Amino acid sequence: MAKTILPYIISGISVGGQYALIAIGYTMVYGILRLINFAHGDVFMVAGLMMVYMAASMPLYIAIPLMIVLTVLLGFLIERVAYRPLRTAPRMSVMISAIGVSYLIQNLALYITGGLNKNYPTIPWISDRVTVFGMETSRVTIITPFLTIILVVLLVQLINHTKIGMAMRAVSLNFETSQLMGIRINNVISATFIIGTFLAAVGSMLFFTNYPGVVPTSGAMPGLKAFVAAVFGGIGSIPGAVIGAFIIGIAESLIKGLDTILIVQGTISEQIGFATFSDAFTFILLIIVLVFKPTGLFGEKTTDKV
Amino acid sequence: MKQEYRKKTSWGALLAVLVFLAVVLWLDQIIKPTNKMYMLLTVLQKGSVYALAAVSMNLLNGYTGLFSLGHAGFMLIGAYTYAIFTIPSSARDAVYQYFDAAVRFSFPEALSGVMGPAGTAVGVLIAVILAGLMAAFFAWLIGLPVLRLKSDYLAIATLGFAEIIRAIFQWQKLGPITNGSNLLKNFARTSKFKLELGDTKLVLSTFVPVLIATISIIIIVKLVNSTYGRAFKAIRDDEIAAEAMGINLAKHKMLSFTVSSFFAGVSGAMMAMVLSIAQASNFKSAMTYEILLMVVLGGIGSTSGSVIGSFLFVAASEWWLRGLDSGSFLGISAPGIFRNGFRLVVFSIIIMIVVLFFRKGIMGEREISDVLRSRKKKAGGTAK
Amino acid sequence: MKKILAVALVICLVFALAPMAFADDNPVVKIGVFEPQSGDNGAGGKQEVLGMQYANYLTPTVEIDGVEYDVELVYADNASSNDKAPTAAQDLISNGVSLVLGSYGSGVSIAASDTFSNAGVPAIGVTCTNPQVTSGCDVYFRICFLDPFQGTVLANFAKSELNATKAYCLAKLGDDYSGGLCNFFIEAFGKENCVYEQFPEGTSDFSTYITNAQNQGCDVFFSPVSTEAAAQIIAKADTQALGMPILAGDTWDSNVILNAAKGTDVQICVTTFYQEGANEEFDKGIKEWINSDKTALANNGGNDELAAVTVMGYDAYYVALEALKAAGSTDPEAVLEVLPALSYEGVTGAIAFDENKDAIRDSAFVKECNTETGVWDFVTVATVG
Repeated sequence: MAKTILPYIISGISVGGQYALIAIGYTMVYGILRLINFAHGDVFMVAGLMMVYMAASMPLYIAIPLMIVLTVLLGFLIERVAYRPLRTAPRMSVMISAIGVSYLIQNLALYITGGLNKNYPTIPWISDRVTVFGMETSRVTIITPFLTIILVVLLVQLINHTKIGMAMRAVSLNFETSQLMGIRINNVISATFIIGTFLAAVGSMLFFTNYPGVVPTSGAMPGLKAFVAAVFGGIGSIPGAVIGAFIIGIAESLIKGLDTILIVQGTISEQIGFATFSDAFTFILLIIVLVFKPTGLFGEKTTDKV
Repeated sequence: MKQEYRKKTSWGALLAVLVFLAVVLWLDQIIKPTNKMYMLLTVLQKGSVYALAAVSMNLLNGYTGLFSLGHAGFMLIGAYTYAIFTIPSSARDAVYQYFDAAVRFSFPEALSGVMGPAGTAVGVLIAVILAGLMAAFFAWLIGLPVLRLKSDYLAIATLGFAEIIRAIFQWQKLGPITNGSNLLKNFARTSKFKLELGDTKLVLSTFVPVLIATISIIIIVKLVNSTYGRAFKAIRDDEIAAEAMGINLAKHKMLSFTVSSFFAGVSGAMMAMVLSIAQASNFKSAMTYEILLMVVLGGIGSTSGSVIGSFLFVAASEWWLRGLDSGSFLGISAPGIFRNGFRLVVFSIIIMIVVLFFRKGIMGEREISDVLRSRKKKAGGTAK
Repeated sequence: MKKILAVALVICLVFALAPMAFADDNPVVKIGVFEPQSGDNGAGGKQEVLGMQYANYLTPTVEIDGVEYDVELVYADNASSNDKAPTAAQDLISNGVSLVLGSYGSGVSIAASDTFSNAGVPAIGVTCTNPQVTSGCDVYFRICFLDPFQGTVLANFAKSELNATKAYCLAKLGDDYSGGLCNFFIEAFGKENCVYEQFPEGTSDFSTYITNAQNQGCDVFFSPVSTEAAAQIIAKADTQALGMPILAGDTWDSNVILNAAKGTDVQICVTTFYQEGANEEFDKGIKEWINSDKTALANNGGNDELAAVTVMGYDAYYVALEALKAAGSTDPEAVLEVLPALSYEGVTGAIAFDENKDAIRDSAFVKECNTETGVWDFVTVATVG
């Protein structure tokens, strides 16, 4: 039994770690701007594409930092160009703008790649094959959760113990008041986007090393799932988003293998086709959470202001 | 005075609609598929599908202020319901090639047996209405839990529901009904819509979808202008104030949601009709986004805007901007830049410009009749 | 602003409609190329087009009823997507093509068949193997073998050559090619000995499917999916030590697979239409052409390893020319009339149509990937007796 399930758990933890890195971007932006940044998943995809093109023309030790810097720049620019002018507009307008940006990025990627699958470059060492508990897998699968946790701990330190972190907390608590207290809102928001995209860029490196194919729609599903993870954990809460992401990653992986697990167990005799619902399950979870506990696992209770 | 004017405009509008339908019918006869101008008919067909989809989304997002992103899911339900109930029995086994078809009933076929050729038309109509009803029923089920949610949570929950619906329809175990994830075809489709009057054959390929869309949109306009419509707008502008005025929030939200989904279902049925295939994998969230962008392009809260927006969107992406993809555009030949996908890039940039700088879209919250009226007033003013 | 927009749109309209004047001596006959250039099957579609382009390069003209015509290939990208296919097909028809070639991927062909049938424009399927392509449409012909045949060949091969007793079948949800082929494979292999799973579109994590196959004790992994997914499956099969041979259909006969499999220890066998080396002269010619043309080389995935679909595309072009010659006219209707009786000796073998408008073909090549050198090794010619 354990030997049957173990591979799914390990693969799920790994996917969960990658979702977690994207989810933090969502949860931080939502916490401050109350905006579902639909383009975040696409930024993640762009990070993957940039890596593909840059690795072809320069050594990895230059390509990786450059990719991260450019991705962060992209995230920063999106906020400047597409969200900042709509700061005072209704929330629906900003969300439409986010959808528009996502549409634009995907179409641009389609144009540049010609709609073809691009193979992600092999990053040495992390993509080597290793054996864990008698199971063959790649090293990145094992590293991901640890790296994720390290990054999250650093981030939490940043938010709790630095000036900019304090500003972020203040802004997410109350936009106007913190402005009156002399906090430069625009800088705080930019910083949020920079941190979010930085983590997405790191996440993309891990994700695409694990699943080495980049297409223009690669970011859409992981993006949505990461958002669901953020909601599940309680939007605005970083540890919540991380735990939510791990839960979703593991659940998704288990559902893909549920047919097999049950057959090996002898519970069922033929395939039921649970794998069809591997994506849908995430949304079922989302709706359950929204309906019964809209604030998520760790979210704070807020009342709507009129 | 005002009422008289209203009457006049509504007669004028009716006349305009009838003339438009007559023109479409005439175009249907003279343009053959091998003609270069056939693109015009393609645009009219697809445009009417999207126009109805956009108008129904606008009813929800623009008039009631419920930001829902589940449209593709409801269209999917409509498309499948329509397709499943109009496949003739002779073609059923070929379509369900890997399954034993569970539904073996086709409205057009059954009714043409009873009523002759007119039965086919009635059968198609019944299937279209059933498509809408199914979508509305699912909307009601979904609406019970999610309509309580606020703005962006509602958006993401409905988006999620669309994904869940898609997965259910693709499930292998439902194969006998939905043909699994494989496509449905050979059902009643526009390319086969013809009317035989003695010796003359009347082609109705474009006329039928345009007609269905027109009637549906007129119904939506009537709803919007009724007391219900005013209640919707009140909810959009301020929920709490609306409630204080005695508007039953839950009831009106649900009404708007189900009516919008009904017409989304109808537009899904039309899409199946026009494309001559139905497949769940086509109804992705990207489709919802596109419809939303059409609504934004036309102006959120304007029905005529949504219609104009969707026809512009379809015409530009299917026809006018095609040159951007195939090497030369506006006489400029640059195969290096104008290659596959460039059209969509230009297109999405235009949309971003509209979203950022012309937030009201083409029409804002006005309708065509408002525009005409203000013109008239201006003209009258100068005459004085 | 709105006025400017309106004026701009009107200008666009005028230009789009303006007829393009060509100064050319010969009249032009148009052949539609209905192939995916983007999306999941974009890479495969490009390779199939290469064959047609090479044939067009060798034979740019055709004599129809005593008049020399220039052959123009008109392209329409169906984007590997069933909902874009009818519009792409309509685009070709409105462009006045005499007949259409394609497509790579069965789903788009099935989706567009109604459009072709409605306009009465004949289409010749090059490598779409699903039976529905021709069975449901009165104008669709095809020059390749069918899935029931291919599925049986593969099942027999798995049983007799690979000594497999339990097969894991993986298809993509909503994909008529992989879904159909898996179905016919399962029928031939025995339903009780097969595990059948489908992955949704946009799946990038194939590791769980590999684990599923291992956990259920299968001894052959059948996944006739698109080359995009294939590359990822191979990568995962390598890192997770799959431990069973991978079997696939004609789509995998592509250098995408060779590149992905090179240096791994995964055993891959495919059935296909053509074995490189069967016609030395042709191989040499097309390789030279691919190497001389930068775009062609890029479309072929960066090297000159031939894909069977390219050779099929090449043959399809000549079948089209034969049809035009026999029809003695560029009128689609006339072409449609002569197609059933047409026969042609192609590089991939003799081509003729049976009463179902399908090619009469009774053999398939089985190849195995040599993971050291990165080429296909010939295994056997398989038939169903």
